[in-house]
Amino acid sequence: MLVTTLQAGHDAADDQTIQAIQLIATTTSLRRWGAVHKWTSLICTLFMLLLCITGLPLIFHEQIDELLHDQVKPAEVPAGTPRANLDQVLANAMAQQPGKVPHFLIWDRDDPNAMFVSVGPTIDADPTNNLLVRMDTHTGAYLDAPDFTRRFTFIMLKLHTDMFAGLPGKLFLGLMGILFCVAIISGIVVYAPSMRKLRFGTYRGHRTRVVRWLDVHNLAGILLVAWTLVVGFTGVINTWADLVLKMWQFGQLAEMTAQYRDRLVPAKLASLNAAVEVASQAMPGMTPSFVAFPGTTFSSKSHYAVFMHGDTPLTSRLLKPALIDAETGKLTDSRDMPWYVLTLFVSQPLHFGDYGGMPLKIVWALLDVLTIFVLVTGLYLWWRRRKAGVSQERAIANAAAIDNPLSDRRDAAE
Amino acid sequence: MIAHRSLGQIFAAPLVIAILSTLGLISALVGDGWWDAVSWAALGLPVLLYIAFVWRRRPN
Repeated sequence: MLVTTLQAGHDAADDQTIQAIQLIATTTSLRRWGAVHKWTSLICTLFMLLLCITGLPLIFHEQIDELLHDQVKPAEVPAGTPRANLDQVLANAMAQQPGKVPHFLIWDRDDPNAMFVSVGPTIDADPTNNLLVRMDTHTGAYLDAPDFTRRFTFIMLKLHTDMFAGLPGKLFLGLMGILFCVAIISGIVVYAPSMRKLRFGTYRGHRTRVVRWLDVHNLAGILLVAWTLVVGFTGVINTWADLVLKMWQFGQLAEMTAQYRDRLVPAKLASLNAAVEVASQAMPGMTPSFVAFPGTTFSSKSHYAVFMHGDTPLTSRLLKPALIDAETGKLTDSRDMPWYVLTLFVSQPLHFGDYGGMPLKIVWALLDVLTIFVLVTGLYLWWRRRKAGVSQERAIANAAAIDNPLSDRRDAAE
Repeated sequence: MIAHRSLGQIFAAPLVIAILSTLGLISALVGDGWWDAVSWAALGLPVLLYIAFVWRRRPN
């Protein structure tokens, strides 16, 4: 009897030791996660604030453009009105832009009555400086050629995508996006000790600001985890868009046009309208999205590249090119895009939130605002703890933070 | 103040919300109409929960 009691006492002591060791190990590990959360957040927060704030108007860019800028309206036509011949559309557009050359013909995603001809000074000029000439889809008439680069939404877009710093700016923001994702994941880990004694959804409204904002940070942060991770990571993928397209150009596109490599741009191009018709017949059920002219970055020197898309919310984002010989007007090749381009295409709607109508855009905007709350409260908690001379890692990892987010274990023990 | 909660208790609700959000993100990609409505509801839920919890100013 005595022996068993002693034995039991011994086991209990062992268990306690093991528990204590586990606790120390857990606390050390949590402190590390706390440090990861602090540093990744601190580095990316200001840029994330910039992205959330500039992203907000971008969700509603069409509505804002419509409100701020007058556009010539395309003709009102009854349903089923045939579209104008594309060669005529092109000729009408180029008549307005003497001396320039067409790079792309683009169907307006948002307005089926309008399309664009993207024109540049020469065929090998940088297309990002192109002018977009708006044309009426049905009459083929010239509408206008607005300067998008002076619009509010364009400035927001530039700040959002590269901060006016080109590819390095994009890649830098991509890096900040990766840090943001790491901050979210480490945030999930340190959410646990913070909530050890609190019910889900706790908001201690009668407490001091630092407690209230800790609750807001934890609540909004954990509610938004899936959305912020998806929007954050698809944003990162989007920063690689230029690189992905370069990979496609030197990979699949170069392969598809290998036998035409040494040819020059034909002196006289075959009919654009016929080229689009050939592409449409080759891909039944698909709709043209844009045409890249021979000699531009998205085609070879001797092809029209007609990019087609499907008709569901997902397949309408997945472009598939048909290469039409610009001299003979014949289809020479058409392949599905490689996985890395398809990944980019799928990541776009998931980042923009433009695939579920106006209600989804409104939800997207509200989630964006809540993300701003998480960023601001996080920054505030860091600043308050710093001012109070509290170790951030300890405060984050420590359960004592429940009652007083400015305390750490040392204070609690005293 | 309530007793220590297990990891399961802490992460049960967040896990359900994360799964619903993911379904909402995918749903509107799959189709229009009802698929969109599912997406609005599933992604609107975190916003509604946030407002509800902060509104209640629950002391615990």
